[in-house]
Amino acid sequence: MLSLGGGGAKSSKPSFVSYITPEEIKSEKEPPKKERHPNLLPGEVVFCSADPILKHTQDDVSQRGIFGTLLCTNFRVSFVSDETPLEETGSNLGDLISLQMLFCFVVYDEKRKMITGGMLKNKYPSKMIIHCKDLRVFQFCLTFTKEEDARKIFHGIAHHCLEPKSLKCVFAFSYAVSRSPEMQRSQRTVMFDSKEDWAQEMKRTKGNCRIVTENEGFKLSTRLPKYFIIPSSVTDEDLFKFQGKGLPIWCWSHHSGCALFKASTLPVPQEDGVIQRYMERMLDAAAQTHLYSLKIEDLSETLPTVQDIQQSYAKFKQFFLIDNSTDFWVSDVKWFSSVENTGWMDIIRKCLQKAVEVVECLEKENTNILIMEEEGTDLCCVISSLVQIMLDPHYRTLTGFQGLVQKEWVAGCHAFLDRCNHLCQKDKESPSPIFLLFLECVWQLVQQHSPAFQFSETYLTVLSDSVHVPVFSTFLFNSAYQRESTLKAESQHPQRGPLNCPAVWDWSVQFDCKAQELFLNPLYADKLKQDKVLRKVPRPKHQRQLSLPSSAFKTPPKKGFFKDETESLKKMLRVKRISRWMASPDSPAANTREFYEAWQRRPLDHHGLLLPWLDGPAVRLWMQRYLRWIPEVQILGGGPVAVTNKMAELLVQVQELRKKLDLKGCWQPEAERVQLQPRPLALARNSLRLSSAFPFASSRNWTFKPVIPTSLLQSLMLTDKLASQEDETTEVISLV
Amino acid sequence: MDPGSNGESPGSRQPSLDSLCSSSTSRSDRSFQTKGPSISSEQNSNSDLSPQLRVKGKPAKTFRDSGKDDVELLPKEVVQDVGKDVTYICPFLGALRGTLTVTNYRLLFRGINREPGVVLDLPLGVISRVDKIGGASSRGDVSYHLFCKDMRNLRFVHKQPDDSLKKSVFEVLTKFAFPVSNNLSLFAFEYNQVFPENGWKVYDPLAEYRRQGLPNESWRISKVNDHYELCDSYPAALVVPVTITDDELRRVAAFRAKGRIPVLSWLHPESQAAVVRCSQPMSGVSGKRCKEDEKLLQAIMDANAQSHKIFIFDARPSVNAAANKMKGGGCESEDAYQNAELVFLDIHNIHVMRESLRKLKEVVYPNIEESHWLSNLESTHWLEHIKLILAGALRIADKVESGKTSVVVHCSDGWDRTAQLTSLSLIMLDSHYRTVTGFQKLIEKEWISFGHRFQQRVGHGDQNHTDADRSPIFLQFIDCVWQMTQQFPAAFEFNEYFLITLLDQLYSCLFGTFLCNSEQQRVKEELVKRTVSVWSLVNSQLEEFVNPLYVHYPAHVLLPSVSIRHLQLWVSYYIRWNPRMRPQEPVHQRYKELLAKRAELQKRVEELQREVANRASTSSERAGSPTRSITPVQTFV
Repeated sequence: MLSLGGGGAKSSKPSFVSYITPEEIKSEKEPPKKERHPNLLPGEVVFCSADPILKHTQDDVSQRGIFGTLLCTNFRVSFVSDETPLEETGSNLGDLISLQMLFCFVVYDEKRKMITGGMLKNKYPSKMIIHCKDLRVFQFCLTFTKEEDARKIFHGIAHHCLEPKSLKCVFAFSYAVSRSPEMQRSQRTVMFDSKEDWAQEMKRTKGNCRIVTENEGFKLSTRLPKYFIIPSSVTDEDLFKFQGKGLPIWCWSHHSGCALFKASTLPVPQEDGVIQRYMERMLDAAAQTHLYSLKIEDLSETLPTVQDIQQSYAKFKQFFLIDNSTDFWVSDVKWFSSVENTGWMDIIRKCLQKAVEVVECLEKENTNILIMEEEGTDLCCVISSLVQIMLDPHYRTLTGFQGLVQKEWVAGCHAFLDRCNHLCQKDKESPSPIFLLFLECVWQLVQQHSPAFQFSETYLTVLSDSVHVPVFSTFLFNSAYQRESTLKAESQHPQRGPLNCPAVWDWSVQFDCKAQELFLNPLYADKLKQDKVLRKVPRPKHQRQLSLPSSAFKTPPKKGFFKDETESLKKMLRVKRISRWMASPDSPAANTREFYEAWQRRPLDHHGLLLPWLDGPAVRLWMQRYLRWIPEVQILGGGPVAVTNKMAELLVQVQELRKKLDLKGCWQPEAERVQLQPRPLALARNSLRLSSAFPFASSRNWTFKPVIPTSLLQSLMLTDKLASQEDETTEVISLV
Repeated sequence: MDPGSNGESPGSRQPSLDSLCSSSTSRSDRSFQTKGPSISSEQNSNSDLSPQLRVKGKPAKTFRDSGKDDVELLPKEVVQDVGKDVTYICPFLGALRGTLTVTNYRLLFRGINREPGVVLDLPLGVISRVDKIGGASSRGDVSYHLFCKDMRNLRFVHKQPDDSLKKSVFEVLTKFAFPVSNNLSLFAFEYNQVFPENGWKVYDPLAEYRRQGLPNESWRISKVNDHYELCDSYPAALVVPVTITDDELRRVAAFRAKGRIPVLSWLHPESQAAVVRCSQPMSGVSGKRCKEDEKLLQAIMDANAQSHKIFIFDARPSVNAAANKMKGGGCESEDAYQNAELVFLDIHNIHVMRESLRKLKEVVYPNIEESHWLSNLESTHWLEHIKLILAGALRIADKVESGKTSVVVHCSDGWDRTAQLTSLSLIMLDSHYRTVTGFQKLIEKEWISFGHRFQQRVGHGDQNHTDADRSPIFLQFIDCVWQMTQQFPAAFEFNEYFLITLLDQLYSCLFGTFLCNSEQQRVKEELVKRTVSVWSLVNSQLEEFVNPLYVHYPAHVLLPSVSIRHLQLWVSYYIRWNPRMRPQEPVHQRYKELLAKRAELQKRVEELQREVANRASTSSERAGSPTRSITPVQTFV
């Protein structure tokens, strides 16, 4: 099993070491061996190693380091400490540096040089600074080791982490070949790789579209899923016309009957009008799904481009890759404006805003909606997934959410390989953290509406890290076609079927059960209770469901209205490339305000519609993900974990009491069974020992010392008159 | 009947299952966060926009203004005027017509058009300034702006009364909003509500010093200030080193600004390191020295055997400390004070803080500019000031806890920044001050008895809104405490509602707690006799203010992170008037539900056990299912 972490010793159980208390680590350790190497994974090969290397420990005030061996394998860069396990700081995830590094800095004689690959000098590096994609920073001093070793390890790391490589070289394949197949666990996540999964999903949402099976061999398009769903009235002829481009791909159906579609855009229409007519038929087909209504959102017109997102994130993440305390406090001064200037928070806000507009369309106007974009696999995925999370409580459960990622992103052919740049290509155009952006948006929803989500922010953070762990097939490919063909080609025994690469959802590959319990949100308000409540008092929304959809009354009640409107708009389309069809004249923010207010007036239902708050202070920084490795911001004995712990503890007590009652035979077991969640464990009874970075960075080696700003003086130099004014201007003898 | 203005306690509106699913909007629970952890489903932008005092007990009388709109008044509250057909121009909902009622305590606006009606109910004490717009308008409209101390502005328009002799509601309002300027007494002196708990008994200085093990062999309680002769802004009981005589103290008083001599605030129970507070030394340009003052500091150092050093924390930026020399003040020179190390904490003065809050109000009220929110927030420097104050307190706490060194804290006069720093470092060091009553004692001690000039800083009942002595120093302190509660959600016994209530009562002039500038004045005004303490209110409905997540760790020192990355704007206080700022459903809510569930289950287990025991004794009974009669517990875990 894949043990992420755990330096130096064999361990039989999988562990996410940062979750384990020091006692457990001690017991796992074996006496130090002569040859130190991490517990290698199946298929993992050590390329080179060097010792002694001094690893600077950020969390140590005295700036002392730890000596050990630095290794570079085909999977990771790993540092194994020489010291006894007791004093070992590197025994948390810090030991493991997955090969997905951002950059490697090398210090030659105090001058820092950024290495991005292809620019290695044959000089003797004294220090190596590694920035990881999960925002950890490591500093290694190479001066204690032999010059040749130092150069070798440095070149080895730079070569394997930063140089372009081919897909075949990704560790996942050698891992999948070598690992024992019985490790595959049964999964409850719907993978959307079979016709049944799609049929089931359409049934669940009561959609009335048709499943396309013509792409089973990817004859129709290599950029489309094996199976997908389109409006029923699209003809077979049209299906094959433009390799699936412009097809309205069904995402989800609202209970009113209207549906959400996504599509890629077709090239600019030529003179003959073939494309226009094809597009009209497509739009007609989508509109016919419900009441002949359709709204088109061209996401490329209103949202930032894929490159904008990449640039913004590149700036943003710099603020979290902190090498030393001085830099930290210097950047603390202009923190808010620095974060704002990267534009990252604004991009998050824009995506959520767009999703709200789409939600409004479905929920309030009961109009079909088609979101479009160049490829239809980037922002379309972000928006369609967010819309579904806001509207459908199923996607707020852990397995539901994983199913959604499968449906919209994995089966939906988001180009993970290119966007995450797993192969370190030098192409500046394609890498972009689109999936991370989606997780960011989900995190905003989670922090604003915590009881509505079954999963925790820790789950989201771990998921965002797992994107870069090259072990899983989930985030490794650009399309379903590429996945299938590559896994087939890489298979050692073609007759036995394609290579069996684990999905990231098989969390037991990375974490033991105890650690996985941290994925669950103890604040989650279970469905059952809500059901009971709702049954008592019917809510307006439900009443509306019984009657005709409200939109039928709102706009002119003529039945042919939509038809007419469509006709006239079609004419417009011939002039301009597809623009927004039923675009509202008002500004979007003012438009959604009314919708917000109506929603706000309704009692809060964690299993109903969720809308994010988008005003300035409501969109916040994902502290856990971005600040977890920075020692200066750790709060010892504090942070959200203090609350989670208490909640979990209480939950356990309640469950124990219930069990007690159960034993006494006075319980109605059949009614209760359904709702028993996996039992959350009280993790650490003494939360005083945990820091706010829990469960990521262990705090036990941090000295119990406050972090005092070093740059207080430069922080607030006020020059105005007030600062020099006397405190007491007048002596007022006062009162009554 | 409007539930928003009735006198029910907030506790009576625990969100029940009914309120969870009720689609009718209840107005009473929408006093934004002032209502405390109310479930957000009841949020409604049209509901009342006011922090209401919910005082237990029956309303003294009901004022009937139009047959159906009842105003429930506090004891001794008298309606002064009612303005019919007044327009309230709400920045969020637009112009609203209604009636405006002014009593000697509150302003009450009740909308007539909308359903549910808008209710605005605020103590007149929160009004800092009334501006008439357009002067004597020919059209006979009176339009005016109310600037409030609690981060909002209100605008009203109404017709000039036809009868020119009759005063308009506007004039009545101006009169009662500023009683001190109009030779009226503050409402606190009228109000005579009787509470089950007497808040004036919360703090007994001698008992608090006894808790700290004082007096002991190194420290004594001096009576030198019994009649406030040594220092009129200090309390009567002062703790000083045993080796210093009262005569020496008198000479020290001459050397320290306003006679505020170094006295003990807190003593570490183990290391005997002390937190000492005072004002700046009057060393002046010439660098005057005072031998008794030097001896006193030496004695403070000697009282702590663990350290041969003492730290003097000067809260000011060093430039300001130097500038003070021109006016006779200054700071301790390390030449004169051996073994002392002087540290400047760079916290700015009251004027800078006032300006910062003014900017903050501009940024958050009424509208928030979405795309520039963060840089606008940064430009107010508010959180930067919070950071510096917290950082200063952290350094003090660290020196005392890890360095086992005694510290002396002062600013210029030692009643603003010094109070912030000592009280915050005490909260970090001593878990007692994180309990509800401990926190009350801390405020009574470090703020009220040591002469934080509440009257001047808040300007109770005074219409001179440009008074440069006003400054949000106490608000800033409460904000710092709130920041710590955010970082340590289980370390404080009180909740956010408690802190907001304190701030609301700071301005309301309903209670005597925050009146006057010093203990001497309070004694003279007989506040204990003539007014009610805010702690009477708090301690009579304690369950409302308690944090269910609280865990008591006796000897746990809190070391908060002071990085601006961890500081947040206190949205549920500063932006609570904005209906778009819907508060998150607090975790506490869910936790309380679970607690209730646990209690319920526990009860049932016990019941069953009792039943089993009973049945065992009366074995003749047939064992029927004991549960038939009991309704199954609805579970949601």
